[in-house]
Amino acid sequence: MSIDLKISGEVELVKVNEPSENQYLKRVKDFFEDVTKLTRFTFRFFKEVVKPRYEFNEFFKQSYLIGYKSFPLVAITGFIMGLVLTIQSRPTLVDFGAESWLPAMVAVSIVREIGPVITALIFAGKVGSGIGAELASMKVTEQIDAMEVSGMNPFKYIVVTRVLSATLMLPVLVVAADAIALYGAYIGVNLKGDVNVHLFFLQVFEKLSFSDVFPAIIKTFFFGFAVGLIGCYKGYNSNNGTEGVGKSANAAVVIGSLAVFIIDMIAVQITSLFI
Amino acid sequence: MENIVAEISRLKKSFGRNDVLKDINLKIEKGKNLVVCGKSGSGKSVLIKCLVGLIEPDDGKIILFGKNISDLNDDELNLLRKKIGFLFQSAALYDSMTVRENLEFPLRDVKLKSKDEIDTLVLEALKNVGLENAIDKMPSELSGGMRKRVGLARALILKPEIILYDEPTTGLDPITSKEISQLILDVQKKYNTASIIITHDVGCARITANRMIIIKDGASVTEGTFKELSESKDKWVNSFFK
Repeated sequence: MSIDLKISGEVELVKVNEPSENQYLKRVKDFFEDVTKLTRFTFRFFKEVVKPRYEFNEFFKQSYLIGYKSFPLVAITGFIMGLVLTIQSRPTLVDFGAESWLPAMVAVSIVREIGPVITALIFAGKVGSGIGAELASMKVTEQIDAMEVSGMNPFKYIVVTRVLSATLMLPVLVVAADAIALYGAYIGVNLKGDVNVHLFFLQVFEKLSFSDVFPAIIKTFFFGFAVGLIGCYKGYNSNNGTEGVGKSANAAVVIGSLAVFIIDMIAVQITSLFI
Repeated sequence: MENIVAEISRLKKSFGRNDVLKDINLKIEKGKNLVVCGKSGSGKSVLIKCLVGLIEPDDGKIILFGKNISDLNDDELNLLRKKIGFLFQSAALYDSMTVRENLEFPLRDVKLKSKDEIDTLVLEALKNVGLENAIDKMPSELSGGMRKRVGLARALILKPEIILYDEPTTGLDPITSKEISQLILDVQKKYNTASIIITHDVGCARITANRMIIIKDGASVTEGTFKELSESKDKWVNSFFK
């Protein structure tokens, strides 16, 4: 049997790569819908976090996976960060005859800004994408539905534990990364100089004050919360099958990283009001 | 009417402009298996997801154990869900947990005396599906048929009054399909559970069905025993059995 395929009528060519006005409106609408859903998701988190039952076992398990398992990556990044920052800063300080300021300058940069932000970005890449992909695949394979029909509260078990772990583990990782970065800086200083460890850290702690350390640590709780929450939100609300898993992981990293910068900007503004 | 454990009337559900369920009516009696048949995409899975509150219907009434589920709050609904077992099409085992942990998971909120009691329940559920040796395996180490069996064991562990099976034999070879169908029948006899079995596997329907419902274009069009429907004069209904 033969089949005749014919195209009847006129064919209109349309530029498909330029979104029409309606598509722009749809994107704006989708954006505000997403913001509304994320806000509701955040409120639900605060509602569920105080309500028993408390999932301590899952919380400790997630803290181990999110915190301990991220430590090697954070440690290597921290070491390189301190070393490179020192090597790159030395020539400028030498030009001004201020080489002796190198340990103090690097320490303040690392503790105040570079340590928390770089660690949070690494954290968003590793933990945010991991949470986004894990929850999205659980959603796609109906594991979240299975928890719900067994009378459990999947939001509490999956979301609350991961967001709490991310919130509490990032500050710990940042403190560790800062310490390792300072050790990297010490090695960087000694590549072209001769400063003993005692003198190096004496100079570092002479210049570091409470107002350098405290706001920097406080903001990392917000970074961790944002990365965990956005990863969970994107994964928990994933759709479109396996394609959605990739999209969720990607969105978790992109939006999580952006959130880190936005929170950092706000934190710096607030800190500058008081210090 | 005391024997009715679940009743659905005039159920409607749309996704955007797509009217998936238009007029679904059914009743499930205690200890009976009801098979729901229909073409792929006819809304069979949406129907059972509405029944357990995973999807909110647009209109209609769902009465479970004498309670209208739309009147229940989250805690009340979760309590009711403890009386329902659900076997998902993909079995939906928790990837990060062993078979034992998968089965222990629904027991977390149940007040039990000891760890021994939990172990006994887990072993009993696994023995029912013939998989007591797989207790410490991860889901990734199991075959499709074994995953379905573990899924069934997890659905059984709280000794539910209703079990919902979403395409229990899809993707399985004929021999394993027959074993799973026989298992569904054994569970019904042993625990006197009511079941809704969503399937388009005629072999499974023949083994398990006490009654059958056929869904067409989002509405339940006919109901009867397997024999009655397989001898139906309606060409469309009859085409399911050929």
